[in-house]
This record gives sequence, C-alpha cells and structure tokens, in this order.
Amino acid sequence: MSILVNKDTKVVVQGFTGKEGTFHSGQCIDYGTNIVAGVTPNKGGMEHLGKPVFNTVKEAVAATGATVSMIFVPPAFVSDAVMEAADAGIELTVIITEGAPVKDMMFAKKYAQKNNMMTIGPNCPGVITAEECKLGIMPGSVFKKGNVGLISKSGTLTYEGANQVVKEGFGITTAVGIGGDPIIGLSYIKLLEMFQNDPETEAIVMIGEIGGDLEIQAAKYIKENVTKPVVAFIAGQTAPKGKRMGHAGAIISGSAGTAKEKMDALSAVGVKVCATPAEIGKKIAEAMAK
Amino acid sequence: MKIHEYQAKTIFRKYNVPTPKGLIAHSVEEAVKNAEELGGPIWVVKAQIHAGGRGKGGGVKLAKSLDDVKKLAGEILGMTLVTHQTGPEGKLVQKVYIEDGADIKDEFYLSVVLDRAKEMPVIMASTEGGMNIEEVASKTPEKIIKVAVDPTIGFQGFHARELAFGLGLPKAEQRNFAKFAKACYDVYMDNDAELIEINPLVRTNNGEFIALDAKMGFDDSALARHPEILAMRDKSEEDPSEMEAKEYDLSYVSLDGEIGCMVNGAGLAMGTMDTINYFGGTPANFLDVGGQANAKTVAKGFEIILRNPKVKAIFVNIFGGIVRCDRIANGILEATKMVDVNVPVVVRLDGTNASEAAVILKNANIKNIITATDLADGAVKAVKAAKGE
Repeated sequence: MSILVNKDTKVVVQGFTGKEGTFHSGQCIDYGTNIVAGVTPNKGGMEHLGKPVFNTVKEAVAATGATVSMIFVPPAFVSDAVMEAADAGIELTVIITEGAPVKDMMFAKKYAQKNNMMTIGPNCPGVITAEECKLGIMPGSVFKKGNVGLISKSGTLTYEGANQVVKEGFGITTAVGIGGDPIIGLSYIKLLEMFQNDPETEAIVMIGEIGGDLEIQAAKYIKENVTKPVVAFIAGQTAPKGKRMGHAGAIISGSAGTAKEKMDALSAVGVKVCATPAEIGKKIAEAMAK
Repeated sequence: MKIHEYQAKTIFRKYNVPTPKGLIAHSVEEAVKNAEELGGPIWVVKAQIHAGGRGKGGGVKLAKSLDDVKKLAGEILGMTLVTHQTGPEGKLVQKVYIEDGADIKDEFYLSVVLDRAKEMPVIMASTEGGMNIEEVASKTPEKIIKVAVDPTIGFQGFHARELAFGLGLPKAEQRNFAKFAKACYDVYMDNDAELIEINPLVRTNNGEFIALDAKMGFDDSALARHPEILAMRDKSEEDPSEMEAKEYDLSYVSLDGEIGCMVNGAGLAMGTMDTINYFGGTPANFLDVGGQANAKTVAKGFEIILRNPKVKAIFVNIFGGIVRCDRIANGILEATKMVDVNVPVVVRLDGTNASEAAVILKNANIKNIITATDLADGAVKAVKAAKGE
C-alpha cells in the first residue's frame, strides 16, 4: 500500500510535448510510472515518448482510462488545464508548473472541488510512491521503498528529508510536495489522514515553512487524529519579517505564521520538531526504534 | 510588486473609489505648483515610499499655506524616512504627493487580502482606523469585521450589509459604504492584487467615505497580463542586488550575518540558514539559484554574495533534483575564474550527478574550497571557516 498513486495508476500528462513536459515525463516513464497518454492541443494523433498524444483530456481519458493527470503547461494556462482535467473526470491532478496567478487558482480549485477532483500543487515537486510511480520532478533515485510517509511544502527539502530517512536505513511509502503557493491543493490534514490510514506507513515526516497557518491547523488535527509518530521541520526560523523568501508561502507578515509559532504548536501535540533539517533522519530513526 | 500611494489612487479613481485630489511632485517647485493648482486652503504633503508608518516617521505633514508646502516639501524630499517597515536604514524620499486636506469626522480601516484557508478574498474593516492594524488585531480582534467573498458569486448585497452592520453604520451611510467596499473588491479582483489596504479610510461630516491612504501590492505571477501596472514599478524602491539577481533567475535577499549561502530551492535555502544559525553562525543572505542553475548563474551568485563585505565564508548547499550537481560544480570552477573568491567556500553537493560533481571539484584542486558530506557537516565547516578556524 501507499497513498494517492501506485504502479497501476494510469497517468495522462497535460503539456506532454513541451520542453519541461518531455524531459520530466521521460524521467517518470524511466522510473516506472504508468503514463498512458499525453495531451497537447493540435498534436492529437502523433506519438511522443512512445505514448499516444490527444488534443483533449476527454479524448485521452476515453481512449486510455487515465485517472490521474500531471500538468506541465505554461503558467497562464494552468487554470484552464486544471478545469479541463476536472471536467474530463480525472480524479487527481498534479500541477508542477510554477507561477500560476493566484486568482486563476481560486477559480480552478473551486471547480476541481465541485467535480470531486483532488489537486496537488501548483509550484510543487509532485508526488512519488517509492519504486512504483513518480509524478513530478524529484530525483527518483533518492526515494527508496520503506515505511515513512513524507509531506512537504518545499521541493528540495523533500529530497533532503527523504535522503536522510534512506541513509538511516529506512525508506519512503509516498512523498508529497504540496507546494508553497497561497492556494494549494491537498494539504497536511488530508495527507496526514491518508498516511494515518495507510497500513504500510509507520511514521510521517512533515516539512513546513513560515507563512500562513497550515502547520498550526495540522497540529490541531494531529492531536485528535494521528497516532503514528510525526517528525517535523519548519523552515525559516532565521528569515527576517516582511521579506519574501522565494516562495509566495515563505513570507512572514506580522506575528502570524512564524517558524517558532508553528514549531511550538507542533511540539505541544507531541510532534518531534527538528531545529535543523539535518536532524530529520535521526529523529525518524528514533521514532521507528520505539 | 508594490506601488506608491499616488499610483494606487489613480487605480482607485478608475473604479470610483473616492480619494482626495492630489498631484505628485519630484521637486519643491513642483510641489508648490501642485498646491497652487489644487487650490487649498489646506494641503497634506506626503512622502512616497514603499513602506507603511510614514506618518509616525515624519513623512506626512499638514500645510496651511503655500509657504508651509514649500517648507515641508523641502524637508521631506531627500530625507531618509525610518518607519517600522523600512528597517533601521530607512528609505530615501524622492517624491512627495501633494493632496487636498480632507474633512474628517472619524477614521476607519479597510483592506482586501486573500484568505488562504477559505481560498477567497476577504474584506477586513474596522472602526479603529489610523492605527497600527496589527495592534488592533491582537488587542481587540472583535473590532475587525471580516467578510470573505466567494469569487464565483462576486460581491453581493449581503456582504455589504455584514460589513455595514458590523461597523455599526447608520442607515443613511450604508449605501455609501457598500459602494466603497464593492469598488475595492473590484479593484482587487480585476487587477490581480495581492493586497489593498486603506488606513485611514475617513468618514466625512456628510457621511461619505474617502480613501485617505492607499496601499497596493500585486501578484507577481499575474503582472504579465497587466502591463499598465507593471509600468508603475519603481525600481529605485528595490534592493539593487535583489533586482540584479532576479535578472539571472536568482532569488536573493540580503541579511545581516557573515556566511553567504547559495542553495537550490526556497525551503532548503531557509533550512540552510536555520542550520547555520543552529551551529552558531549567522547567514549573510538568502539565495535560491532555482531549478535552471548553470555555470553563469552560479558565477553571478558568487559575485553578488561577495559584494557584501561582511561575508567571511560561503556555504554552497545543493540537493540536485532538476539542478544537476555537475553543472553547479562547473559553475563554481568558472566562478573562481571570473570572480576573485577570497573567502573559504564550503561545498555540499548531493542528489543528481553528485558523484560526477565530486570528481570535477577534486580534479580542479582549487584552494579555498572545502567539501562537505551532508547538510550538518557543511554548516559546521562553514561556521568554523567564518570564524577563521
């Protein structure tokens, strides 16, 4: 078991034939991801990376039975792509593209919810079920199979965290990069629930950032609902107030959303909070030993 | 992206958000000319910088004569204004806005921002205008009325009523306020704003509402579809190093410490700063080289980091995903040719093509380069190097 995706998941890639779409889809296929089709308007009928290309998601779904989509289209077209996927009956879409306007995502997410489609991202590394299905841009080789679930706002900290878990002799069930944009799809609470219910996952790594209050909400949820050990790191203890640190999510304005506030909230509910990401592996090893 | 008050007010006027009449001036002469044109009898001389708290810092003054305007504009233009948002170094004032004095009965507050939890814009209003709203929020949160607006239905009458009754407005003023709030919502949505803040929003003795101040920020991701807003960008308000970095797709923020950081990804970059701090060092900057890093961008990164005289060591921490470590290694080599790297550089490269990168660095055999095996090891070595150990 794992969460969200596995080796049988049929995937369609939106923006399949573009530069990014081509490179990363190729890497995903090499990893073993079951990509069954691609969608690029006006390229329907051709073959790309050995897979059929369709003009619309609807056609791709009808022909292949794809249930999950991965989006690489340029930022201005992201909301259109998300809504097209929702309209075509896709169950989960993973949005890799960085720089989608926030207003677009407001509407796209509402439409996705109306159609019961889960979304991950945008501006995220994607989701990977170790040694089965990689949907995103993460270095696949880092993610060895094991019993630790990972949820992260940050891309490279996802790799850092997974790498340490693996170096300690453990591995990953599924790792999800939720992205750091103001509006994102699946977030900590829903994913914590999935990992809690996944029999294969024995411990959970949760990586957050300054800004917003998703981690505080997660702490409340953990208190009531999560019995598996959780190890957390919140990036940005040293970030100055009012400065934007790359991610839209990584900005502190006023007192809300500081790293300390989040770390305290998580500690208070029994989460093992790391002062530096360098402790993630060690703390997981401790949790797994119990 | 942020804009100045006078620019925000030009957008407001397009949407019929009432604002006092005003004209922008770059010199004392222009300020006086503007005041004459506005007619008086009173004027407000307002420093235009991208930071709040200008009034308290002495950047907003009332003028009762043209001589006052001349004197005050002379004082404010060219001053370094320090407010709670500028940092201790303050900001140089290069423009003043000359505005008609307003008839003020009392002061309100209104803002439109994204409510991340609800994933829709929220209008926040309060009777406690003119004050630091963060203080109001922490001391008397019940005095801030929050109304979220689902963008799929837009601003409706019930939203307006919730605001008006929440603020305790009499019937005669409710319509005026509803129009004001709806217009602000429209400004926010139509222009892909990230923030609209009006503090104070004044109520006149006639029961009208006027935006006395105006602060606007925009979603950078949406600027491409708003060329007219992009044209309002004031580069002199931005940190030159941060701007230069942006041109090379680097995301740079200068800080106060001694260890320069070059990292891929915002989260890992902050995590690296936190780790340096944890081991007793201080980060000199945040620098995210992004997903497309190559030799040129890395060299540029070194150049920008080294421009800061406080930097005593550099920590390059790369976890290669899309970024390939061998490219970073080559970038480091190239940078040492282009830039005089006169401080120790601790390098930790992991992930995609890390072993190739290790070979490249080893064969190059450059003095000043210290390799590290993981994040903790790298941070410890960088802290030591900065201390000269």
